[in-house]
This record gives sequence, structure tokens and C-alpha cells, in this order.
Amino acid sequence: MEWEVVIGLEIHAQLATRSKIFSGASTSYGAEPNTQACAVDLGLPGVLPVLNKGAVAMAVKLGLATGCTIAPRSEFARKNYFYPDLPKGYQISQYDLPVVHDGAVTIELDDGSTKRIGVTRAHLEEDAGKSLHEGFEGVTGIDLNRAGTPLLEIVSEPDIRSSAEAVAYMKKIHTLVRYLGICDGNMQEGSFRCDANVSVRPAGQAEFGTRTEIKNVNSFRFVQQALDHEVERQIDVIESGGKVVQETRLFDAVKGETRSMRTKEEANDYRYFPDPDLLPLEIDEALVEEVRSELPELPDAKKQRFMDDYALPAYDASVLTASRELADYFEATAEAAGGEGKLAANWVMGELSGALNKAGLDITESPVSPAMLGGMLRRVSDQTISGKIAKQVFEAMWNGEGDADTVIDKHGLKQVTDTGAIEAMIDEVIAANPEQVAQYQAGKDKLLGFFVGQVMKASKGKANPEQVNELLRKKLAE
Amino acid sequence: MSLSNEQVNEIAHLARLRVDEADLPEYASNLSAILSFVDAMNAADTTGVEPLAHPLEMPQRLREDAVTEENQRERFQAVAPQVEAGLYLVPRVIE
Repeated sequence: MEWEVVIGLEIHAQLATRSKIFSGASTSYGAEPNTQACAVDLGLPGVLPVLNKGAVAMAVKLGLATGCTIAPRSEFARKNYFYPDLPKGYQISQYDLPVVHDGAVTIELDDGSTKRIGVTRAHLEEDAGKSLHEGFEGVTGIDLNRAGTPLLEIVSEPDIRSSAEAVAYMKKIHTLVRYLGICDGNMQEGSFRCDANVSVRPAGQAEFGTRTEIKNVNSFRFVQQALDHEVERQIDVIESGGKVVQETRLFDAVKGETRSMRTKEEANDYRYFPDPDLLPLEIDEALVEEVRSELPELPDAKKQRFMDDYALPAYDASVLTASRELADYFEATAEAAGGEGKLAANWVMGELSGALNKAGLDITESPVSPAMLGGMLRRVSDQTISGKIAKQVFEAMWNGEGDADTVIDKHGLKQVTDTGAIEAMIDEVIAANPEQVAQYQAGKDKLLGFFVGQVMKASKGKANPEQVNELLRKKLAE
Repeated sequence: MSLSNEQVNEIAHLARLRVDEADLPEYASNLSAILSFVDAMNAADTTGVEPLAHPLEMPQRLREDAVTEENQRERFQAVAPQVEAGLYLVPRVIE
């Protein structure tokens, strides 16, 4: 039987505020345990939460960027459960009235097609603390620094039909939150993670199958693996006459499979009710407009502009707009290169990205600045150096030998474009290889490459390859 | 609406309360009485009445996003039953 996969994602993005959602404690990562957990975060008696305007503005930002309706009035609710890293015994979240709702994003698939994925809602909530089980005998250590950190839970419609679409959607949201500057997107530190709801149904059936929820997946690769495994598992269960049980499952990254959480861990009965400590949140037009005026150029618009302004193919434009930093780097390089967009794109995506990857550096940490790279590309387009020599110049710049002109001077890399000098080298090569000349003249055209290679070698790579080609053809035809 | 002893046990478990078996019938009848008050309220006609999230007729006040709290870990941990290496210690929560 043919099966259709139905997936919805709940993405938790940790908001990049300075202070917590309901208290003035710092949210910075990596502090000594419990040094950033104040009386409000600890849930001590008598404290009251006060909502962070920055967190609200960030939620509105995401809402505007995904075409959501910004709720003029929303509410906070208590989600009740007991766990030691949740000192109050409830998490403050939003339930039936979220801050933004009913938007969508467009994802792009590998075959170049696009698809609209609905964003059901995004709501504000607080994170819990951290439980440390390792290194203690019979007890658990609790660090509440993370307690009260603002989260935005972004819930998609069940519009996703494959693990590849799920990854494309997750990447899209990841790019978006980083463009907006509302989340650092660091998946290792848990700033960006997702829960996936997945079910299967016979192709053509209207009703959804029974779904399972895979909790806390924190990498794009794991999302793909977890979904692929879970889909296969559900189909196996049904095809062997069983029924999928609605449950929460965990992804085991080591085994590459999902497993059921014990029912004891589950027991979901959160008894949501409006939090009496918090009044309804009202967002007026003034705040929405203030946030709208701060919106940066968004990835889709930037991509289109790169295609229009720099004549880049869609693929290049997609790669270069994957992050704001990379896009900025590319634009600065293209400008320094005198508007040579495609040339700049090739170098940023090729040589530079390769070198950064190898060195484990981020684009913002590149030892070669956009001005340096662009300056070098100017020397390529004005024929001072060939593309091949440029690689040598790039390496020298990477190693701190200065800008392109300095490197070209110092190593004498200026391209030889003097026809007389090139002809002299060609004559030498022809004289030294009479056998190949004879074969070439007898019709073995492929040998041209051999001659070009010999001349380039004789010039130490500095001869202009196009001139060499042209002059060789002429000389060999004589 | 009337609650069974089993439901009372479930509610007690959610609230992490230990209830004596002998007290169950009394709790069941008290809690059922509360639910019947709710039934009485549910019977009221609320057409056109907006749901009330909070009895105060005002919106939530917002604070600027600024760090205003200092580290007071020593004071907080002075009243904690057990601490180690800056962590609050609790009975082990997983096997």
C-alpha cells in the first residue's frame, strides 16, 4: 500500500533577550550554576512575574515575518506539572489565546519547487531549569539559571509531507529567527530545538492517522533520521495488523531510532488555567508599527534581490542568503569587486567557504575581509592575475600576508600578458617537443592541453591562459 | 456530577497529595459539591458575554528588557535543604 506521511513541527526558539521573560535576572549562557536564578525564577513565596517587553516585541517580529495576525489581546496560562527543575509546579505559557497566529512560510525543496507551510501559532512561554543526574549518588542536582528564559514556541500546521520537507521548514524558521535577531539559533546549546508530530495514512484518505510526538530533537540531521525511523516504524506496525498508539517518543541519536517514553514520564494532564498573576497582554498598533519599522530585509526578499541585482542563479542566491552574516559578506565582497556578483559568489561559496570549514571558523571570523577578497577579484577581472594564481593569492591573504596587491607584488605574481614574452615561451615548448607537435599536426587535437600545460608551467602559472591558448593554436597551425 | 474514589485518587496524585483511603468518600462528596456549583454556573446564559481572563479591567504592564537582578545565590541556598557545587540537590528523579 502507498502511505502518506503527515508531519507538524513545534519549534522552540530561545529568545535573545538580555533578561528573563518574567524577571530581571540575566539570560547569558554558561554562568556558574544558580547565579542567574532570582527569587522570581525560584518561585519563592510572594514574588510576582512582570512581563519583558523585549520578549513581546520579538514574538511580534516573528509574527510579522511569517504573515501572522498579531493578537491585540492574548493571555498567559499555567501549565501544571511536577518536576524539580520547575520550582513553581507550573510553567507559565499561553494556551487558547497565543500572541500571534495564522501565518505561513514558503519552503524550497531540492528539486527547486516551493511549498507553503502554515504557521498555526507562536506563543510565549518560560523555559524550565536543568536537572543534572551525573556525578551524584542518589540525588539530582538542579541548576535554575535557565528557568524563566523566554521561549517562543512556533507551531506549524500538519502541512509537511516528508522528512525532507520537515528539515527544509526547520531550516527556514532557523534562518528567519537569526535574520530577525530574535534567537541565536545555537542548536548545541539548545537555543533552537523541535518536537515533531508524525502520523501516516493510506494515500488518498482524508482523516489523519494516529500520531506520535517525538520530543526534543536538536539537529537537522536528527530530525530527518528520527522522522524516517518513526514513519517506517508506524507503517510496519499497521502493515503487520497492529495499531499506532498515541504517545510521546524519544529519539536515540546513537541508535538512530525512536523509543517510547515510559507512561510514568508522560501522564500529561496539565490542567491549564489563566494565570491570575498576569493580566491579559494587549498589543497596540503603535507597538506593532515600532516593531515593523525594525524589520530587516527578510531572506526571501534578499534572495530575489541577489538574483535581480547580481544576476545570480537561484541556487547561489539561496546559499548566500542562508544567514544574514554570509549575505552581508557576499554583498560587501561584490561591491569591493566592482559589482562582479557572480565572480564574488563563486569565491565566497567556493574557496572562502572551503577554507572557513577547514579551519572551523564562522563567516564573521574570516581572516580575509570582504574588502580584501573583493580587491583581489578586481585584479582577476582586470587581468592582473589569472583565476588560478588568484588561489595562490587567496591563500597568502588567508595566512596574513596582506592584501592582494601586496601579495602580487611580493611574490611577483602579475600575469604575463605581453604577447612577445608568451610567444617566446611557446617557441621553446614547441622546439622541445617535436614528437607531440607532429602528432598534433596529424590531427591529435587533444594534445593542445598538453602544450598549454607546458607553457603555463614555463611561465610559473603567470601567463594569461586565454592568450596562451590563442597563440598556441596559431603557432601550431603554422 | 459526582466523583468516584478513583478520580479523587487521580486528582490527589496530580497534586502530589497523599490521601488516606478512609477519607476518600468524604473528599469525593466535598469535591462533587464544588462541581455542582460549577454546573449551576454553567447553566447561566452567557451569550454575548466575553470570557473573563482576569477580574481586573486592565492590561499587563511590561518591563524594559534590562538585567536588574544581582546574584544572591548564597542567600537563597542558605535556606535550601541540600546544596552542592552551587546546585540545589533533590531526591534522584530518574532511575
